[in-house]
Amino acid sequence: MQFPILSVIVFTPLVAGMLLLFIPADRKQEARVAALAAGLFTFAMSVWVYFSYDAAAAGYQFVEKYSWLPALGISYHVGVDGISAPLVMLTGLVMFTGVLISWGIDDRPREFFAFLFILATGVFGVFVSLDLFMLFFFYEIAVFPMYLLISIWGWKQTREYAAMKLTLYLFVGSVIALVGALAMYWTAYQNTGILTFDMLQLEKAGFSATFQQIWFPFVFLGFAVLGGIWPFHNWSPDGHVAAPTAVSMFHAGVLMKLGAFAALRVGIMLLPEGAKLHMNWIILLALVNVVYGAFIASIQRDFKYVIGFSSVSHMGLVMMGFATLTHDGMVGAGVQMFSHGAMTALFFAVVGMVYDQAHTRDIPRLGGVSKVMLWPTIAFIVGGLVSMGMPGFSGFVAEFPIFMGVWQSHPWIALVAVISIVVTASYIIRIIRSVFFGDLPAEFDGHLHDVRVLDKIALGVLTVVLLVLGAYPPVMVPMVETGVQHVLHLLGGA
Amino acid sequence: MNIPAFQPSMYLALVPVISLIVVALLVLLFDALWDEEKRRNLGWLTFGGILLTMVLTAFLSAPASPSLVWGGMLRHDWLSFTFAQIFLFGAAITALLSMDIPALGRRGEAYILMLVSTIGMILMASAADIVMLFLAIETTSIPLYILAGFFGKDDKSTEAGFKYLLFGAMTSSVMLYGLSLLYGFARTTSLEGVAAALGNFSPGLALGTLVLLLVGFGFKVSLFPLHFWAPDVYEGAPTPIAGFLSTASKAAGFAVLMRVFLTVYPSLEGYWPMLIAIAAAFSMTVGNLLAINQKNIKRMLAYSSIAHAGYALVGFVAVSELGVNSVVFYLGAYLLTNLAAFGAVAVFWRVTGTDAIADYAGLSRRKPWLALAMLAAFLSLAGMPPFGGFIAKVLVFAAAVQAGYIWLVVVGVLNSIVGLYYYLKVLNEVYHHRNEETEGLPLPITAPQGIALVVLSLGIILIGFLFTPFFNLGTVAAAALF
Repeated sequence: MQFPILSVIVFTPLVAGMLLLFIPADRKQEARVAALAAGLFTFAMSVWVYFSYDAAAAGYQFVEKYSWLPALGISYHVGVDGISAPLVMLTGLVMFTGVLISWGIDDRPREFFAFLFILATGVFGVFVSLDLFMLFFFYEIAVFPMYLLISIWGWKQTREYAAMKLTLYLFVGSVIALVGALAMYWTAYQNTGILTFDMLQLEKAGFSATFQQIWFPFVFLGFAVLGGIWPFHNWSPDGHVAAPTAVSMFHAGVLMKLGAFAALRVGIMLLPEGAKLHMNWIILLALVNVVYGAFIASIQRDFKYVIGFSSVSHMGLVMMGFATLTHDGMVGAGVQMFSHGAMTALFFAVVGMVYDQAHTRDIPRLGGVSKVMLWPTIAFIVGGLVSMGMPGFSGFVAEFPIFMGVWQSHPWIALVAVISIVVTASYIIRIIRSVFFGDLPAEFDGHLHDVRVLDKIALGVLTVVLLVLGAYPPVMVPMVETGVQHVLHLLGGA
Repeated sequence: MNIPAFQPSMYLALVPVISLIVVALLVLLFDALWDEEKRRNLGWLTFGGILLTMVLTAFLSAPASPSLVWGGMLRHDWLSFTFAQIFLFGAAITALLSMDIPALGRRGEAYILMLVSTIGMILMASAADIVMLFLAIETTSIPLYILAGFFGKDDKSTEAGFKYLLFGAMTSSVMLYGLSLLYGFARTTSLEGVAAALGNFSPGLALGTLVLLLVGFGFKVSLFPLHFWAPDVYEGAPTPIAGFLSTASKAAGFAVLMRVFLTVYPSLEGYWPMLIAIAAAFSMTVGNLLAINQKNIKRMLAYSSIAHAGYALVGFVAVSELGVNSVVFYLGAYLLTNLAAFGAVAVFWRVTGTDAIADYAGLSRRKPWLALAMLAAFLSLAGMPPFGGFIAKVLVFAAAVQAGYIWLVVVGVLNSIVGLYYYLKVLNEVYHHRNEETEGLPLPITAPQGIALVVLSLGIILIGFLFTPFFNLGTVAAAALF
């Protein structure tokens, strides 16, 4: 029997989180060190999975399958394909850097890390699930710790409101998708006579075109709520802003991918006929995300809201890539999920570092930060170039194929969507200029100092990942392509 | 099914009942022998006695195949066995939680009443005869009326006991009227005999008796529109008793409801599932909406328990083996969850003397482990994995979707969102809000309370992860009715 590496990755954070609760409350440093050890271990495992994934062989790898509730066809079935393997690594990356960034949390750190790790288990679980029941199981696990993380450790002004809003939005989306999933389950039973939640078997269940067309919008949009699709994106900027730094990183970096990923795996892959019909209007929603998100981001005064809305805009590109149902669009979307995850985690980390010291996120009041915080400035500039889709950075590797895909399927949408690139460039450059350069306002003189070594490590890791992917796309693109091939196969070679 | 003549082996079906009577007699004996301070230990005696009963039941009373025993009074099958274990577990935990509430836990009567009520529930779940059914329901209810009003010096508790008695007596008499009609027209008291004779009833009469019975059963499970007693009674009753009422007593109501409807009224399956579906939809909606604005945690849990009766019935409307199985599973998971919730409330009340939700502010700083138990209980009530409430909800919804009740599932799903909102509000008090005044104060948990909460919290997680054995037990239990 091979080493059950995916299970280890999924359950390490959970077990670590539980163990953390046994550390006495006043031993905060021990709790942090233990959390860091767990984060590093999980990250290392996820990197190992990524680099051992055999792109030539494609398909699902590291598969483990145990029966869970055989009477109803529920199994514990995990595996990664070319699309989910990068996302597993992304989760490990954000978890590790999130722990580093959260070193300064002084209010009940052990509970903070415990909830953060339960969240991580949920996220890993969804990315590796090959069983529909299991996917929901972990999906919900990922939702509730968010509530406590935001409402306890978040930004005082909006945290209660934002936490409740976020939790209810996501829960609504997931339960609506759950009804669709149960409908699929019983219809598959009628068609094939097999009771199973196994997604690999549900792919072959032969749902009628009408069935697929009826249920696709519920399932897809139910999950896409977490992906931040317009007009259900509303929870996301509020949630990002209210959340503490590590949670914003997790949230925008990984959790939103969870929505997009589940929408792909359950929506598009199990109901391809529905996708073919409905994507023609869903791509319009994604277009609104992309363009509207960018415009709203550009008029924000609050540094963190800019990043929050930029996430809405970039996640729109992911949805748009999927909605094209073309090879190029989906490969781009797959890479974009990773690239945006690392990039936005980097952004939120920098925002958090600036806010922790300046105690304001009001862009006009900030300035000259680069004079004291060199590392965050460099990291932010790299992230900004990624965000703009500059060639040589990972954003280009992701966005260029998406636009190519959109051009193939809906040329005029591509024409509108490219506006977002210009707008994105404008607000990123504005932030770089007015926050990081210029004169340091007198009120911050002596208050700002350089960031901790741990923060530098976190920023360094994230920056290097973005640069490597940008400089050498083959490290990821062929892998994602293998995953996309399977999706296209389900779509009937479209 | 023929009614077999008496055989000594029929005593095996009564093992839990006999064992509980022995425990009750022992409690009575030691109540007289021990003085005031030692009487708290009657709780340990009750707890140990019930655990022993559970073991004896498991080994001696596991039914081979469904059989009618004692002249057709009882049906010994896996459904009655499963429910008996559920009631016994609930009673054992309630005994533990009662021990350290002085006006309750130091009086032998309290434990005896609990035991007698549990005997009634076990008989309810296995009754196969109209007479037995009514006697069992009354045996369950009368001790509970007294227990609800056990704090004689507390007006609210007296009110609770009295209200429960009045409404209980009223709905019982309505149900008795229905039972008498069934007997009058069918000329037999056996449920199977009534079912056979039901073909001769006019449809209006048959449906009429069904509605009259539903009044009695609906009262026990606090189903809309017979739910109105629950908040007042739960608020006034001693907290462990409120927990017992909302879990074991409710489960007993479900046991009779399912057995009677599926045994007596299969010929009306075109009508009553829709009736139940509507009642379930209203229970969920009314319960959840009224729970939102409650300031008292026991009242909130009362409304939430009305809603949960609705969720559980969502599985029953499917009228399938999976449906009954899902209801049994739901009730089991709900028993663990709600007892944990009431247990935490009882622990908190014993020290602080308050049940106001606002007073839970800062609990996680004051007593992190109690807060964690509340987290598990409330998230399980909300239907979040990895707690038992999630899989329970998925199962009842799955059964209903299979039977084509998509609208009901949508109502249920929307209701879980409302539920999540008010459960999270409580957790928000516990975890987020601070209360500088109480932060440093101790909040001791006594040994029996600690044991109960640990067992329940682990149970909630266990049933949420490793649900297969429980599901399989539910499968054989459900098979007994089809």
